[in-house]
Amino acid sequence: MLSFENVTIQQDDFSLAANWQAGPGQRIAVIGPSGAGKSTLLNALAGFIPLASGHIRWEGQPLDELAPGRRPLSILFQDQNLFPHLTVAQNLGLGLDPSLRRVDTAAVDRALERVGLGGLGNRRPAALSGGQQSRAALARALLRARPMLLLDEPFAALGPALKAEMLALVEELAGPALVLMVTHDPEDAQRFSSHTILVADGVAAPPASTEALFANPPPALARYLGT
Amino acid sequence: MARRAGALIATGLAALTLGPVAVVLAQAGRGGVGTADLAALRFTVTQAALSALASTACAVPLARALARRRFAGRRLMITALGAPFLLPVIVAVLGLLAVFGRAGLVNDGLRLLGLAPVSIFGLGGVVLAHIFLNMPLATRMLLQGWQAIPAERLRLAASLDFRPTDFWRHIEAPMLRDVLPGVLLAVFAICLTSFAVVLILGGGPAATTVELAIYQAIRFEFDLPRAATLALMQVGTCGLAVALASFFTTPGGFGAGLDRQADLPASGGWRQLIDFGAIGLAATFLALPIGAVVLRGLPGLASLPAGVWPGLLTSLLVALCTAPLAVSAALVLALARAQGARWLEPVAMLPMAGSQLVLGTGLFLLVFPFVAPPDLAVPVTILVTAVMALPFAYRILLPEARVLVADYGRLAESLGLRGWAALRLLILPRLRRPLGFALGLTAALAVGDLGVVALFAAEHGATLPLVISRLMAAYRMEAAAAASLLLVIAAFGVFWICDRWGRAGAEL
Repeated sequence: MLSFENVTIQQDDFSLAANWQAGPGQRIAVIGPSGAGKSTLLNALAGFIPLASGHIRWEGQPLDELAPGRRPLSILFQDQNLFPHLTVAQNLGLGLDPSLRRVDTAAVDRALERVGLGGLGNRRPAALSGGQQSRAALARALLRARPMLLLDEPFAALGPALKAEMLALVEELAGPALVLMVTHDPEDAQRFSSHTILVADGVAAPPASTEALFANPPPALARYLGT
Repeated sequence: MARRAGALIATGLAALTLGPVAVVLAQAGRGGVGTADLAALRFTVTQAALSALASTACAVPLARALARRRFAGRRLMITALGAPFLLPVIVAVLGLLAVFGRAGLVNDGLRLLGLAPVSIFGLGGVVLAHIFLNMPLATRMLLQGWQAIPAERLRLAASLDFRPTDFWRHIEAPMLRDVLPGVLLAVFAICLTSFAVVLILGGGPAATTVELAIYQAIRFEFDLPRAATLALMQVGTCGLAVALASFFTTPGGFGAGLDRQADLPASGGWRQLIDFGAIGLAATFLALPIGAVVLRGLPGLASLPAGVWPGLLTSLLVALCTAPLAVSAALVLALARAQGARWLEPVAMLPMAGSQLVLGTGLFLLVFPFVAPPDLAVPVTILVTAVMALPFAYRILLPEARVLVADYGRLAESLGLRGWAALRLLILPRLRRPLGFALGLTAALAVGDLGVVALFAAEHGATLPLVISRLMAAYRMEAAAAASLLLVIAAFGVFWICDRWGRAGAEL
């Protein structure tokens, strides 16, 4: 269980409040106008932005003191998800052991196979297409096997078909993990997530049923959707 | 990942830099500021400002030409550009005297044309020598700026059909705005504390720098109050320069690239002519004095005096200890600064506000009651040289460290990549090129350095530059020239090895 307890995030004159819970295995979209704080919410959860007040807990344990790498989550950024000077296999290996000393290469190969990159482990990221780079980053998240997966629009640069393919792959790989996905595309939310968090007007609202939310959008969402 | 280590090193560095100044002050008491002191201050700032402006003005067209033109010998020239800065200063001045001196090539030519000879002594000569010594460093720093423009940006420019003026306005000018303050400050600060050049080409009431005045106050008059006053002036001037530069430096904002190779656009016509003109002029200006040193030194190389070889070994030992010490400390500081520890900036630049002689005198007074100074000549030389070289290494590493942290800091953190693993897997591979350059630079500086060692060394423990200066003092010019050549080979050799290591990694 992930819980935001009276959390506020403060950055200069921007502030965001969140107070809600989400359960394991849920697929949750984070939607809202640009600049409203979707990425900020994920970055705070990942440990890159300190909280001004409140606590974030996972299974009752506060995360506040944990370094980003120690938190029970994996995050995929918009870009820069792979180190260009390491091979794809090394990039994946970092998910098992950041020092790359005790890496189970068989596990890395299996993960590459599962995302359809079998045999490409020795390449460098620059030799992969955009979709393949996304797959490699997903494969590393799979190896890390953390109970939460945060997606900060990592597929934004991909075409609709490829993006749909990636979302299906996430659905398949994430299994029991809680997935939080930032998107600006309502279709992504409707296709992928049972629940949706609306971020607008300085508040990250509690996860609501995606279907119900879009059937009867609150004013902020209606403005964003243009309906 | 480096913040705690950064704080630790910064504290040590501050103690090492400020401690000796405090010792000098405590021993010296108070002294008033005389008119000669003010004249020295005025000359110091004037020559440093002129030297910085002239060196950078020459370096911009040269770096631009080298960045966008491909020609045979380009790589050799880039490596050779390190030479004048790495050239031990005393040797560089000898070379310039051979070209621009009273009986030098230039004046021979002027006499043939029936024109009046020019003098290399005074303000003009000092600035000329500083351009010779610093323009190549400025060029290398600027060249790294050009090479750090991501290929994606070049592709974008090409796809938008940028004309050369657009490319300049949208890509090159913003890069220069970012890089130039650092370059100008580096040259300005080097010239503020320039010593050997002014000792030979300056002097007298009209052309004495603060550093030279400190030396004279300590060596000839042992007038510590006056030396302390001068040292304070030096610290104040350099501190102001550092503060100004940090105010003007802004982060790059160029974004990351995925290491794809692409060439800078290179148009033909008069632009090509100007580029190759700049390259040719610079090559001639830099090669002539070095050639003169080689010609003068070669004949004596077979019969070097006995003291030369132990001197060479000592110099190499000093370099071997100094370079890793200075560069690893600079790397930790640069990474910690890039991660947001703003207060480290002035601390890392603190050595620039001091001078070798102030630092050396302070340490001398500190150890004098307990040990015989000659016993500590080598360790003290290593320590002081490393401290003085640290800001250069820091300046070289900081921009790249910033890019590294901006691009991959969050990814590394999210994966728990830290400590030694981060050093091995992320920092060394990504920063190998600037690290190799910084290592080479500090090693060569250490090999050719003649400063604090002169205060400490006796017959044993002398470095090669000190041996050379003693040969010169004994008017054994032939032997001095030959030993200079050996020194040049050693300095250039250690630089070449380190820089090659760095650039071999950058080919990935």
